[in-house]
Amino acid sequence: MAAIETLEIISPGIMTTVQDLGRYGYGRFGVAPSGALDSFSLRIANLLVGNSENHACLETMLMGPGIRVLTDVVMAVTGGDLQPKRNKQPIELWRSYAFKKDDVLSFGNAVSGFRAYIAVGGGIGVPPVMGSRSTNLPSGFGGYQGRFCKKEDILLGDASCGPMNGAGRKFNPDWIPRYSDKWKLRVVWGPQDDHFPDDSRHAFLNSMFRMSQDSDRTGIRLEGQEIPCKPDIEASIISEGVISGSIQIPGDGKPIIILGETVTGGYRKIATVISADLPALGQIKPGDGIQFGVVSLDEAYLALQKMEDRINAFKCKTNFSLLP
Amino acid sequence: MGDRSLLVELGDEISPSVNQGVQELFVALDLHKFDGVKELVPSYRSLLVIYDPLFISAPDLERKIDEICQGLDPAQLPTPRTVEIPVVYGGSQGPDLESVAQYHHITPQAVIDYHTRPTYRVYMIGFTPGYPYLGEVPTAIATPRRKTPRIFVPRGSVGIAQKQTGIYSVDSPGGWQIIGWTPVNLFDPQGQPPSLLMMGDRVRFQAISSEEASQWQP
Repeated sequence: MAAIETLEIISPGIMTTVQDLGRYGYGRFGVAPSGALDSFSLRIANLLVGNSENHACLETMLMGPGIRVLTDVVMAVTGGDLQPKRNKQPIELWRSYAFKKDDVLSFGNAVSGFRAYIAVGGGIGVPPVMGSRSTNLPSGFGGYQGRFCKKEDILLGDASCGPMNGAGRKFNPDWIPRYSDKWKLRVVWGPQDDHFPDDSRHAFLNSMFRMSQDSDRTGIRLEGQEIPCKPDIEASIISEGVISGSIQIPGDGKPIIILGETVTGGYRKIATVISADLPALGQIKPGDGIQFGVVSLDEAYLALQKMEDRINAFKCKTNFSLLP
Repeated sequence: MGDRSLLVELGDEISPSVNQGVQELFVALDLHKFDGVKELVPSYRSLLVIYDPLFISAPDLERKIDEICQGLDPAQLPTPRTVEIPVVYGGSQGPDLESVAQYHHITPQAVIDYHTRPTYRVYMIGFTPGYPYLGEVPTAIATPRRKTPRIFVPRGSVGIAQKQTGIYSVDSPGGWQIIGWTPVNLFDPQGQPPSLLMMGDRVRFQAISSEEASQWQP
C-alpha cells in the first residue's frame, strides 16, 4: 500500500474538504460525525472508481477546485453539476475517467445541485482520526490537516489500486438524482412535536421555506413562516443528543435542519428528515424552496430500502465488471 | 427520533439521580454492543441511540432496551473518578468575573470561593468535542448567559450559565459568563480516549496564579 502524491490543488474552490461516510462511536465525547453531506453521491463516486463505499473523497461546493493530477489514476465526479472538465473539455458526471499525469480537473459553476464529490481510485490518503478520514471543520481535525484544501496542497493516493481500474464505468442513468430549486423533504414527527400548537404544525407542513445564506455544514437555516412553540413553555429544552436531519426550532421560530457537525442541542425538534432524504440536504442551495411532508416510519424504511437496493445493485454490477 | 435513532428519556429534570439512570443504561448498552447500534449519546436526562435501520428494526431495538432497563444495577457503575482542574480566575482570561461578582453584590474572591467549593458532576459531554456540562453551581453565583454571545472564546475558558459550569474544550463561539481559564487540555483528537472527561466523572476546580499556569505540566 504505497502512498504516492496523487493530486495537487491548483485552485481551492469553496470549502473543498476530504470526507468519507463519517465518524461514529465518539458522540459520547461530543464528537460529531462530520462526513459527506450527500452520502449517496459519495458512495456512488467510490464505486465508480473501484473503491469501497467508505473511501475518502473530496467534497466541494458551488464552484469546484482546480486539480492537477500527479500520477495516472481513475477519477469520477458525482452529485451536483458544477460543470466538471478534464483539460478544459467537459466530462460527464456519474462516470469514471482515466486521468493521465498532468491532466487538470476543473469546474465551472453550479448549474444544478450544490455539492460535488470527487473520487480517486484507491481513495484520498489522509490518516484516519477516530476511525474516519472526514474533516471536522469546526474543531479542526481529520481530513487534510483538519481544514479545507488550499492552493498547493498535495494529496496522497494509494498506488496499489491498478491505475486504470474501472475507467469508463457509468451509473445507471435512471437512478441519477435530478436536483431542482424546489425540494420536498419527507419527515417523521418528533421528538418534541407535541410542544407545538396545531397552528404551528399545520404551518410547518403547508409553507414554502427558503434556505438562508447563513447556512453552513452545521445546519440549513430556513426563512419563511415562523413556527412558534406553545406559549406557556420556554424556547429551550435541557440539552440532548441530535442527529443530522433533526429540525430544531429556536426561540425566533425559524427552523434549522441540523447537519453532520452537531452532536447535542438545546432547542425543540418538531420533526426529523427521513434517512432516504438526507443526501438531498447536501444538494439544497441558498435561495431554494423547501416544503416538508410527513410520512410514516414504514414509508421511511421503504424509501431507504429502495435507495439501498439501487446502490447494492450497482455494487454487484461493478464487482462483476472487475472480474478478468 | 426519526427513522434511525431512539431517544430514551429517563426523567424530565436536571438531577443527579436522573443522570445516573442515563449513565446506567449507557454503560449497559455499551457493554452489550448490539449489532446495528452506531452511536450512543448520553445527556442530562436522555440517551440517544443511533442505529442502522437496515440491520435492526426500531421495535426489536426497543424491546432489547426495555429488557436491559429491567436489569439495570447501580452497582455496575464504576467508582466515579475525580479530576482536579486548575483555574486562573479573573484578569484577561476571566473577563466576566467582575460582572458576575457585581450581579450578586459580592467580591470576585467570593465568586472564586463559591466556584471552587463543590465537587461537580459531569452530566454530559457535548456542544463541542470534550466540552463538559458540570453541575451544580452554588445559587450564590448562578448567573444567566451573556445577552450577546461572544464570537470567539479561547479553549480552556471556564464559564457559568445559570446553575451549570463548563470548560470550553476547543476555540469556539460561546455565550457563558467566562470567569477563568485552565491550562488543562480537555480534547486531543489523537488521544485514547480523545476527551479528558467522561459523563459521570467528578470535577473539582482549584484556583492557581497565572505564574503557576504558565509552568503547568500535564
